[in-house]
Amino acid sequence: MNDSKSLRSRIAQTVRDIPRSGIRDFFEIVSSREGVISLGIGEPDFVTPWHIREAAALALDRGVTSYTSNMGLLSLRRGISKYVEKKTGIAYNPEDEVLVTVGVSEGLDLAIRALIEPGDEVLYHEPSYVSYNPLIALAYGVAVAVETQKENGFRLTRAELEKKATPKTKVLLLNYPNNPTGAALSKEDVEEIAAFAIERDLIVFTDEIYDELTYDREHFSIISVPGMRERTIYLHGFSKAWAMTGFRMGFTCAPPELTEAMMKIHQYSMLCAPVLSQEASIEALKHAEKDIAYMKAEYKKRRNFIYASFKEMGIPCIRPEGAFYAFADISQFGMTAHEFSLKLLDEQNVACVPGTAFGACGEGFIRCSYATSLDEIKEAMVRIARFIEKL
Amino acid sequence: MGEIMNELLNLLKQNALESPGNLAKLLGISVDEVKAQIAEYEKSGVIRAYQAVVNEEKLDASLVTTVIEVKVTPESEGGFDRIADLISRFPEVESVYLMSGTFDLLLFIKGRTMHEAAGFVSEKLATLPGVTSTATHFMMKTYKQNGILMHTGEGDERLKVSP
Repeated sequence: MNDSKSLRSRIAQTVRDIPRSGIRDFFEIVSSREGVISLGIGEPDFVTPWHIREAAALALDRGVTSYTSNMGLLSLRRGISKYVEKKTGIAYNPEDEVLVTVGVSEGLDLAIRALIEPGDEVLYHEPSYVSYNPLIALAYGVAVAVETQKENGFRLTRAELEKKATPKTKVLLLNYPNNPTGAALSKEDVEEIAAFAIERDLIVFTDEIYDELTYDREHFSIISVPGMRERTIYLHGFSKAWAMTGFRMGFTCAPPELTEAMMKIHQYSMLCAPVLSQEASIEALKHAEKDIAYMKAEYKKRRNFIYASFKEMGIPCIRPEGAFYAFADISQFGMTAHEFSLKLLDEQNVACVPGTAFGACGEGFIRCSYATSLDEIKEAMVRIARFIEKL
Repeated sequence: MGEIMNELLNLLKQNALESPGNLAKLLGISVDEVKAQIAEYEKSGVIRAYQAVVNEEKLDASLVTTVIEVKVTPESEGGFDRIADLISRFPEVESVYLMSGTFDLLLFIKGRTMHEAAGFVSEKLATLPGVTSTATHFMMKTYKQNGILMHTGEGDERLKVSP
């Protein structure tokens, strides 16, 4: 009876309904090829700074191999609290308002599962990170995409939010600086969105994993707006600015009631984040300012380069202000984003991610990550220029 | 602007052959600004030369690098400068530094054989008035030079495409 059709029919309907990630499909095609220059990678090309690796190794030498408190090591939570306060001016109590998670991915899953009941609507902006929509669906929520526009530099505006809000809207999910567009918000943008959230009495989830990586101005967090702290789950982690993706370290900051609710799910599903990663993160918070500044300066040069190169080629692209992605508009070539990406891979061995992997409104765009060495980026730009010349 | 120009120097130190066009793109300034600044650096002597970083071990007839610690008697006028300048003018000598610590000058010299290097020390260097003693070390292997790893190791192990 266990033929594959019968097995498939036993898979939960919600899971069957979730499409495979467009990134995964593309990954398989790219992986089958040799000598590809990839601008498709969503993680830093830097190795975790030495002293952070050393802290993890030292903890291992000391025999630190146990579980930790469900919430995470208190010393780490204290460090997180201090870090967030320094950045945003908002203080969270490390005892009951900070939760250490396995990456922001887990934090987001916890936030969604803790708050969303069947039929609750979650507003999120597209193009967006690939996991938002499926995670909402897995919690039986209704994911409502607000399409951001190239003309606005992919910034989310109150007018667009108003169009999609209903009485069932419970949560607004934000991600700025943004993956995949590289867009960032000004203080005024953030205040406008906060006013909307307060007026509609919404809970806000704000994924600020890229907040250290802004190139033209300081990041301004929505939790810094008066009246937002009490309705916001702030999500952050060590993967990007500290180049610690493989450590899988994230955290949430939220009022005690919300933190307790997330903690309940976390304790039964994850128990705690890995202790060695927590030890490494304590070090990361103490001594990594210079490392972050160095990596940011490198990304900035690459950002400048990739933006200038697209401009030179006549490919429109908003100037990325944060994260490490350029979202280039290839609609003039009369191909879908998928077709363009495949043809580019086929003819020039350069991998980019089709914009549609990040939502339907990503059609006509490709995401080019500049978290790769300058030499590779230079070669990729030469090849893309050669590619479009023949189109 | 000062910061950008420092960055320009860093980029040139990494790759002196980088085109003005690429440098301009990287720094977000114009090609003319890049060219003018490089000319200024050359004129003022901030940039002294452009050289290739060569992995000598890959060459059939690789050169022997010798590192020599030199103790000298400083002179009442000019201290170490006169003798350091004198030593710098030997064509075999690649670099000369004045050091703190147990010796005074540190030299890097290149020769075809150890014998040649030893000859330089005994015949030219040790006999200079003012040189009181020398200690000679032969360099055995170069792992990194001028910020460049000489043996490139493993490649990029990240997933080729990730969210």
